[in-house]
Amino acid sequence: MGKTLAEKIFSEHTGRDVKAGEIVLARVDIAMAQDGTGPLMINEFRELGFKEVKVPKAFLFIDHASPSPRKELSNSQKMMREFGKEMGVKVFDAGDGISHQILAEKYVKPGDLVAGADSHTCTAGGLGAFGTGMGSTDVAIIFGLGQNWFKVPESIKVVVNGKLQDGVYAKDIILEIARILGSDGATYKALEFHGSCIENMNVEDRLTISNMAVEVGAKAGLMPSDEKTREFLKKMGREEDFRELKADPDAVYETEIEIDATTLEPLVSLPHYVDNVRKVSEVEKEKIKIDQVFIGTCTNGRLQDLEIALKILEKHGKHPDVRLIVGPASRKVYMDALEKGIIKKFVELGAAVIPPGCGPCVGIHMGVLGDGERVLSTQNRNFKGRMGNPNAEIYLASPATAAATAVTGYITDPRRFI
Amino acid sequence: MIRGRVWKFGDNISTDHIAPGRYFHLRNNLEELAKHVLEDAMEDFAKKVQKGDIIVAGKNFGLGSSREHAARIIKIAGVSCIVAKSFARIFYRNAINVGLPVIELKEVDEINQGDELEIDLENGVLKNLTTGKEYRFTPIPKFLLEILKEDGIVNYLKKHGSFPKV
Repeated sequence: MGKTLAEKIFSEHTGRDVKAGEIVLARVDIAMAQDGTGPLMINEFRELGFKEVKVPKAFLFIDHASPSPRKELSNSQKMMREFGKEMGVKVFDAGDGISHQILAEKYVKPGDLVAGADSHTCTAGGLGAFGTGMGSTDVAIIFGLGQNWFKVPESIKVVVNGKLQDGVYAKDIILEIARILGSDGATYKALEFHGSCIENMNVEDRLTISNMAVEVGAKAGLMPSDEKTREFLKKMGREEDFRELKADPDAVYETEIEIDATTLEPLVSLPHYVDNVRKVSEVEKEKIKIDQVFIGTCTNGRLQDLEIALKILEKHGKHPDVRLIVGPASRKVYMDALEKGIIKKFVELGAAVIPPGCGPCVGIHMGVLGDGERVLSTQNRNFKGRMGNPNAEIYLASPATAAATAVTGYITDPRRFI
Repeated sequence: MIRGRVWKFGDNISTDHIAPGRYFHLRNNLEELAKHVLEDAMEDFAKKVQKGDIIVAGKNFGLGSSREHAARIIKIAGVSCIVAKSFARIFYRNAINVGLPVIELKEVDEINQGDELEIDLENGVLKNLTTGKEYRFTPIPKFLLEILKEDGIVNYLKKHGSFPKV
């Protein structure tokens, strides 16, 4: 019997053939924590009496509250830097960008097992790696032992066929998946992506989809590793990290869902749950006024996302009542956007360009909303209070829908601007 | 045996309800963070909850972020067990890791705010002492029960030096 991608990767990391449902002890290739989870990870690492870091690639990322907006956080971050020095663990600091983007640019290889104390570690699935989010203690154990126990998940086969129409993007595909499966539709399971639309999609778009696998409860969101993966790794200057990795044709799936990309429309997730998804064309009629638009994050803060948004805004201009915040996902994205003149144009358009990092998505700084205010963001999550104020509303959509909304001041279908 | 009074919550209680992002700066000060536990789902919960109380909730409890702080501050607040229709994956594992019992029960809708419950983790029996009804739930897998018995994975590893046998 054939294997799913999840079964293949866990078999490689346990040294024997394993099947969905088994609990296994697996070695981990890449482990990380960020400034929200890192200090607790370090405390538990010490509590467990570990003296050295045994995972092959271990990183700490200061990306959530970065640069630090207050002294308590500065002290936690200082502790992370000291731990990094002592243990020889690289610390990515203010200005470097978001963990998941940096891992995708520099380190993740197809077939890797990546464990991070951050729920969106599943982003690594975009490169055919099993990335999964865990708590600080689990990651501390991995830092100290180089391994941990895992349940090999059942997989849901998600088949996306056809070609997206203009104005519809990868973000709309994952919002459609959230609408179909619901916020717990894939709990304890892995999503595995197939179909012609996925095959023709670049890794940047695949990262957007894998990033939000956790929003349907999934443990991982796995893309095949193919020529598109090779192309991306080559662009990142590490083609040698490529290897082809696909599920066996006779792999067994728990269930299968199919999406026709051709008929998909721009979608928007309404407050306060990601699976509360509707068509933008319908919501547009309600003229929902938006106070702030945020284009960025590990979901949609890559160069192509900024380019798509800029194209619309450049032509139609920003509405004077909308605050536009743009956050490149990493230093590399920032540099590329600078070189292409994208940042200059955003600034001229009236945007606030923030340093690479999580920005306002995690509710700490750089765009906390007022009572009764509404934001449309390209991020992955819209839970009550997520962006720092439980009395505000968060809407989620693609960079194109975000840009169209910044043009008109209310939630707007981008297709009429393309 | 766990015994306590019920605090009832609905479906989809997220880690942002449990440990709101605006208290991010308290993450390294769990006693202070615990004073805001579940604040965005029930404003005065942290003030009213008493040692031994039990949370009963709907489906997908703990969805969202990987922040283990969420499970920890529920425990620090004195909660002895969470009973829910289902749990989000990362939260479930974090709860076991910090020694907070979590059980899945289909019939949570029959349990009311303030009911007195008695829970036998090993045998998978929950008694509602207020209504007199008794329920069976799938017992926590032995592997995880071993971790709970030592009050979490850190204590387990310190005592036994390796993971429990599968």
